[in-house]
Amino acid sequence: MNGDQAMRAHSATLPTPRFSDPAFVIPPPLATATVAIVTSAALHTPQHPAFVGGDTGFRLIDRDRRDLILGHWSPNFDRAAIAMDLNVVYPIDRLEELAARGVIGAVAPRHVSFAGNQPDDVATIRLDTGPAAAAVLRADGVDVVLLTPV
Amino acid sequence: MSVLAHVFEAAGIATVVLSSVREMAVKVAPPRALHCEFPLGRPLGKPGDAVFQHDVLRQAFALLDAPSGPVLVDYPDVIEADKEQVACALPPRYDPSLPAAVDEANGLRRAYDRARARRGVTSVGRVVDADGVPDAVAVLVAIAGGAEWKSAGIPGGNTTALCHDIRTYYEEAALELVNGPRPGARALEDWFFDQTEAGKIVLQARAAIRDSGAKAPVWFYMTPAHRL
Repeated sequence: MNGDQAMRAHSATLPTPRFSDPAFVIPPPLATATVAIVTSAALHTPQHPAFVGGDTGFRLIDRDRRDLILGHWSPNFDRAAIAMDLNVVYPIDRLEELAARGVIGAVAPRHVSFAGNQPDDVATIRLDTGPAAAAVLRADGVDVVLLTPV
Repeated sequence: MSVLAHVFEAAGIATVVLSSVREMAVKVAPPRALHCEFPLGRPLGKPGDAVFQHDVLRQAFALLDAPSGPVLVDYPDVIEADKEQVACALPPRYDPSLPAAVDEANGLRRAYDRARARRGVTSVGRVVDADGVPDAVAVLVAIAGGAEWKSAGIPGGNTTALCHDIRTYYEEAALELVNGPRPGARALEDWFFDQTEAGKIVLQARAAIRDSGAKAPVWFYMTPAHRL
C-alpha cells in the first residue's frame, strides 16, 4: 500500500459530522459570479502568523499574492508539487485566466486558507471560524467558492 | 473541505469541492463535489499543466448547473503516485570530518538558494532556517547514534517541525537539480527517504526515539505514516 492509499484508507475511517437539511445555494450564472478559493493546504504569506499544530483558524490571502508558504503539519502528502506550481493546490492563476476569458465574472479580492488537519470533531471550523470566513467572503461579494483539499 | 462546504452554503455561498477522499465525500455529502482520484497534495492533478487544471475546473464548475444536491461526480482520469525514481544529483563528499548527512546538507545549499531566489519564498523556517539545517541534521545524527533525545537539543523542541524544515530544504533544493521531467507525486519523498543521507538519518532518529519509549506524537509525524 503506497502513501496515498494508506492515507485514503485511514481518512475513510475518521468520524464525520452529519448535516441534516443542508443548504443548497443556487448561484448566479458563472459568467457573472465572483469566485473565491478556500483551501485546506494551510497556505500563508510570510507576514501571516504561521499555522500551529491543531490550528483551527484561517488566513486571508489577497488576490495578488503568490509568495505563499506551506504551513500544513501533515507529512502525509506530496508537498513538493506546491513548490513546483502553486496552482496545483491554489489555482489562482487559472481563475484569473477564466475571468479574463469571461468564463467567470470576477476573481474575489481575498481567498481563504485553513489547515486540513483539524481536530476530529471539527467543531470550531463548523461553528466559529468557518462561519467567520464565510462572512468575510460574503462581504467581498463572493457568489461561488471552490474548495481545494490537502 | 466537505464540512466547510456546508458551512459556506449555510452562509449563502454556492460551493464546489474537489474531493480527494471519496468515502468522506459520500459520508459528509457536500452540495457539489468533483471527486479527483489524484495524488494527495495535488488537488488540481498536474503541476505545470494549465490545460489539465482548466479541465478539472471546467468539470467542477459544471456542477453549479445542478438544480439540487448533493451531487458527487468522478473526474474521469485517475492519477497514481509516480513509481519512477527521480534522477537528482547529490553533492559529492566534501568534508570527511562531518557526518555524511551534515556534509550533504551543506552541499545542497546553493541549489536551495537558487530555488528560493526563483520562487521568492520558502517553506523552510518553522524552527530552523536554511542556515540552521546542517546543525539540525547533526542533532538527528546524534539521536540516531544513541544520544538521549530529550537532551539532544532538538531545535524548537518539536520533531515534526524540525523534520518538516529538513525535508522541505531538501525537496526545494532538489527541484533545482532534477534531470528530466517534473517529479511525479511522492517521487521527491522517495528520493529524500531512500536516497539521501539526511532522509536515512530522519528514519533512524525516529526509530530511536520511538524505541526509547517516547509518546507517539514525539516521533510519529517525523515521516509519512507508511514509512515505519
